[in-house]
Amino acid sequence: MKKLLSGNEAFALGAYHAGVMVAAAYPGTPSTEILESIAGFDEVYAEWSTNEKVAMELGMGAAYAGVRALVSLKQVGLNVASDPFLAASITGINGGLVVIVADDPGVFSTQNEQDTRHYAKLAKVPMLEPSDSQEAYDLMAIAFEISEQFDTPVLVRSSTRISHSKSVVETNANRPASLKTAGFKHDVEKYVMLPVHVRLRRPVVEERLVKLTAYADTYPGNQIIKGEKRLGVVSSGVAYQHAREAFPRASFLKLGMTYPLPQKLLREFARQVGRLIIIEELDPFLEENIRALGIKVIGKEFIPRIGELNPGIVVESGYRAGLLPEPSRRKVSPPQGLPARPPVLCGGCPHAGIFFVLNTIGQRSKLLDARGKSAEQGKLVITGDIGCYTLATYPPLRAMDTTACMGAGIGQALGMEKAGIEGKVVAVIGDSTFLHSGITGVVDAVYNKSGVTIIILDNGTTAMTGHQEHPGTGISAKGKKTQKVELEKLVKGVGVEDVKVVDAFDIKAIRAAVRSSLENPELSVIIVRGACSVRLKKRTGQRNVDIEKCDDCETCLRIGCPAVQKLDEQVYIDATLCAGDACTICEQLCPKKAIGPVTATGGSK
Amino acid sequence: VKKKDLLMVGVGGQGIVLASDILSEVAMAAGYDVKKTDTLGMAQRGGSVVSQVRIADKVWSPLIKEGEADILVAFEKLEAARWSYVLGQGSAAIINNQTTPPLSVSLGTTKYPDDKAIEAILKRSAEHFYFIDGTRQAVELGDIRTLNILMLGCVASLLPIDVKIWKDCISQRLSPNILKMNMVAFDKGREEMSRAGVR
Repeated sequence: MKKLLSGNEAFALGAYHAGVMVAAAYPGTPSTEILESIAGFDEVYAEWSTNEKVAMELGMGAAYAGVRALVSLKQVGLNVASDPFLAASITGINGGLVVIVADDPGVFSTQNEQDTRHYAKLAKVPMLEPSDSQEAYDLMAIAFEISEQFDTPVLVRSSTRISHSKSVVETNANRPASLKTAGFKHDVEKYVMLPVHVRLRRPVVEERLVKLTAYADTYPGNQIIKGEKRLGVVSSGVAYQHAREAFPRASFLKLGMTYPLPQKLLREFARQVGRLIIIEELDPFLEENIRALGIKVIGKEFIPRIGELNPGIVVESGYRAGLLPEPSRRKVSPPQGLPARPPVLCGGCPHAGIFFVLNTIGQRSKLLDARGKSAEQGKLVITGDIGCYTLATYPPLRAMDTTACMGAGIGQALGMEKAGIEGKVVAVIGDSTFLHSGITGVVDAVYNKSGVTIIILDNGTTAMTGHQEHPGTGISAKGKKTQKVELEKLVKGVGVEDVKVVDAFDIKAIRAAVRSSLENPELSVIIVRGACSVRLKKRTGQRNVDIEKCDDCETCLRIGCPAVQKLDEQVYIDATLCAGDACTICEQLCPKKAIGPVTATGGSK
Repeated sequence: VKKKDLLMVGVGGQGIVLASDILSEVAMAAGYDVKKTDTLGMAQRGGSVVSQVRIADKVWSPLIKEGEADILVAFEKLEAARWSYVLGQGSAAIINNQTTPPLSVSLGTTKYPDDKAIEAILKRSAEHFYFIDGTRQAVELGDIRTLNILMLGCVASLLPIDVKIWKDCISQRLSPNILKMNMVAFDKGREEMSRAGVR
């Protein structure tokens, strides 16, 4: 059957057909849809784990128990999960354990641009790379087989352009009618990593790598595609597709397994062709490892190591390397001077009010220059975190000073406080991120007698990745009702005494809560609660600006709400973006009371 | 068709991803190879959205080469101006007559280009371009959310694929209670293009 599937949908269907029994993930662009798709299959246990570390440990446990398990995460998610992941390499598994990790070349939605292939070498585990959705589907079955045959976790590396591209997939397999049921065989020397047992496992891991290297030469996804002998191209992943388009006549060695490398096949290919070029995204991973085999190659001196590749860039690189004729220069360059359209908080966003308050209390509009720099410290330092709310860094809100990785804001706030900076430090973190890795920061703050203010933005969902459930929503990945973790009980339970909960759409209440917390020298937590406006089922009472009353003070524009717009010297509200009665923040802030719900006659009340 | 590279651009929330999904399914149903990819940025709504759809007998990369796109479908005027440079020889642009100022325009730090400036930018690379009153028509139909299907109706006029395939694919993707309204929107889009002289 032919289907148009994204890489992520293809991974999920491939894993399902390969008999996966347990799947775990934490949402992270561009990997999120893998777990979302797999959660649709009744026979598979699928969960949103609290974070990637837990997801990996769950995958290990399921594999130890003898069933096939899938863990899917984004590249920085593997950083969080790296401890159990490296442990799984040492112990080996029992049932197959496949870990799909999605890189983000070009940095569309990540805090770095790391190349995950290095983890395969670090952990001494095999790495497979599909170059389209068909391969993503096909290789899941092989990945589980390799995992079980060699007693190792298998890394599958995707990228934004594999995960988020749709292409035609022939789905030829079916899920096996009967699958192995779970059962744990006790084996202390294999599963209990006391140093004495690690020393027993170390040679096993090295022998496994030797066997995998031999296997790589027979791996069906490593293929020589014969073309002109003058030029040989080694490539993998989506870069292979760009390269095929850019070099339609060259010979290719397409690598479906990029660690360990097929040494015999590489030497054979190198003998067959004249010049050898490596076309790969990000780091010179293939290049360095192939060069280490004594094979002469060119690569990163022509192919950029920063950002996402595309056919145009590969053609340009081929020209610079003297391998392609001069490309017909396009006549038209991108237009200059157009206003950019950076990502923004949505109309009716529950984060807008609190950041407006932090901006005004911190007097940040005057503080920061156009590039967000200031020579002196302002009244309020705000450490931030990962989520939609990171967008509050942009003007007009400009209410965030740091963002590093999931959960880092709280620890950073403690560090600044303990270093002795003047004034209160505020840490801002979303509900899903708080449950992911903010809790330990709060425990640290209680234990080490911190006086920072922690603001938890509770919109009841994991919004930025597309509204996934989490422990605080009380709904499972399968859409079933479950036990809900209550944030206020949690923070009180670990010993925070000053805990306030405020309505995200009540500016007065937010301002009062922030003022009171800033005046309290003790540790305080404010939970700002309000539903994500994208999930509103019905929008009523869209707001409107009464032109007669409006004196153009622009206070409403400083909320950064995309529904509040100004063209040709007049402020107006775009009704298609306005969340209406669910929000009303602009109405609360308007000093002239010029904003109200749209009336039947089209004016404001 | 030798190949058709289409770029669909606009502002998050306009239904571009669904539109390019349906377009890709239409191409597959018509027997072509197809690849599509979306670039969404980080915003749920209001950011710049770019969908690339490549249709041919065999498609390699999912990414279109700059200067080689055949059709630009812009749901918003500023985004039309921003992306038109990607168009190549013999290309066409369909532009919805919609102005959505980015925050920087509302805040007065940048200026939204006027229609003349936008046309001048389009003329640098688009051989044909068609301004469509899509937003107004979708609102008149009773739901702004029919805009994406209306824009697909416009695209259908530029591709040699049977209208029946289009309507079948749309029916498969939309829920029955909104289907009728969207079919009207699809036909409206085709009408708009024939009024502009495309048959």
